[in-house]
Amino acid sequence: MQIYLPIADLPVNIFLVLGMGLAVGFISGMFGIGGGFLMTPLLIFIGVSPAVAVASVSSHIAASSFSGALNYWRRDAIDVALALMLLAAGIIGTATGVWLFTMLRAVDQLDLMIGLSYVTLLTVVGALMIYEALRAIMRTYQGQPATIRRPGSHTWMHGLPFKLRFKRSKIYVSAIPVWGIGFTIGFVGAIMGIGGGFLLVPMLIYFLRVPTATVIGTSMVLTLVTMASATVMHAATNHLVDAVLALILMVGGVIGAQFGARTGQQMRGERLRLLLGILVFAVGLRFAYALVVTPDDLYSIRNVAAE
Amino acid sequence: MMRRIAPSLLIGLMGLAGLMGFLGLLISQPAAAEQLVVSLSNHRVAINSNFVGENLVLFGAIEPDAGKTIRRGAYDLVVTVTGPRETLRTRRKTRVLGIWVNTDSQEFVRVPSYLAILSNRPVNAIAGAEVLRRLQIGLDNFLLPQRIGADFGDTAPDDPFRQAFVHLQREHNFYSEAPTGVTYLTPAVFRAALSLPADVPTGNYAIDVKLFADGAVIASTNTALEVTKAGFEQYVANAARDDGLLYGLATALMALATGWIASAVFRRD
Repeated sequence: MQIYLPIADLPVNIFLVLGMGLAVGFISGMFGIGGGFLMTPLLIFIGVSPAVAVASVSSHIAASSFSGALNYWRRDAIDVALALMLLAAGIIGTATGVWLFTMLRAVDQLDLMIGLSYVTLLTVVGALMIYEALRAIMRTYQGQPATIRRPGSHTWMHGLPFKLRFKRSKIYVSAIPVWGIGFTIGFVGAIMGIGGGFLLVPMLIYFLRVPTATVIGTSMVLTLVTMASATVMHAATNHLVDAVLALILMVGGVIGAQFGARTGQQMRGERLRLLLGILVFAVGLRFAYALVVTPDDLYSIRNVAAE
Repeated sequence: MMRRIAPSLLIGLMGLAGLMGFLGLLISQPAAAEQLVVSLSNHRVAINSNFVGENLVLFGAIEPDAGKTIRRGAYDLVVTVTGPRETLRTRRKTRVLGIWVNTDSQEFVRVPSYLAILSNRPVNAIAGAEVLRRLQIGLDNFLLPQRIGADFGDTAPDDPFRQAFVHLQREHNFYSEAPTGVTYLTPAVFRAALSLPADVPTGNYAIDVKLFADGAVIASTNTALEVTKAGFEQYVANAARDDGLLYGLATALMALATGWIASAVFRRD
């Protein structure tokens, strides 16, 4: 069944888009990520213009992360204090990112910058996650405890000043890496048009030693707030949010996210991280492939006014 | 030709009003022995939620002047449909350090977003190259101005950017050339089928119909077409454009509501 999208200006198959929402929603619920780095390329693939895709995906992510966050809230699996502090830093990061975004667009190499940052970020983060998860799985097989919160495993980050105690996560860390992480997520999100959940979850785990119990719920709160405000900002400035597309995506997304969250909670942490690492790495490789392989058509057209 | 001018001259001598009429006649219809009458099946294409493109039919008749008979098989017709103008940038990738990067680009300034050229036989067979170029008949002869530095200029048909641009626009069905797009129902009545793709740009379309005989234009007429969003599609598009902030807040609220409903429906504990 075809439905015409009023802002994207093209008809799409409603079941195809619903299916995409379900699939990405499942993954986002399972890993506690937004899934923007998957959904945006998928939409572009079916013919939606990149600008409309990025803008509309933000509302889809807001919906699935809110649905997921509610589930974690009921289980008391959200560290509100940590989420708020990350958010405050994230806003500063977003503002800086938007500023750089405008600068890069002026020199007409934004596509390349986005492509390169996707490749670098996804392959490096993916590879690190795979490596870490495999080590954790190996340790389990050798009979050692699988936890990464080992006593005495303090890194240099724990020696930094301005220490804060986050009760829910049972961590006692310096405020500097917390602000740093929040800033990085906001910055990267603004530049690449993604929520940054796939970056945030490993950062919280590895740098702050946030336990698996609270990391996903906390990450979802952050994703929810950034993506809901991104929706409003995109709509107010660029007028590119397609509400019809967003609604189809979010209906699929929230249903998928529910099943994903359940599957995720039944899986062991290190297995989950290994899967996410493989996924992130694979998407990174796909972007690298697109940059390296000779394109079918060396030419492309872009509407100057709509850019 | 002479027969038309002579009575006009006579009228012109009779008074100022007549002179004006004569001038008008010279400018608009230089000595047409035939007249063209066309009618479009639909002048307003409405895009609603089940829009998947539309086919339109243009009907037309060739009417000889009083006292003359139709010249069988001597006429050629070219229908040119141009959509709303937009500025499009064509970019070319080259390999830099192993990766493909957009290095060159050319801006096509205020070119039609949609361009369809329909004729009863290939345009090259209808008139000479000079006439076609002057009248911009055919995809190769259509003026597609490029920005060259601070200036604008037309490009040769074999310019690589122009070729790539036309090729890409044809692939998307935005540009088309149909050498058999016009068919004769009788020697004096013809029809042309226009097809608008599903992602057709909205706006005003101009349809220009030219009648050729012996390689020269003997009559021309034009009509218009409007593509607009209608109903719900129009409402959403207007809201997004005119009340961006409100629209964004509504979309964000819709997202929260959807998330909350899903969470409540699937709640197990």
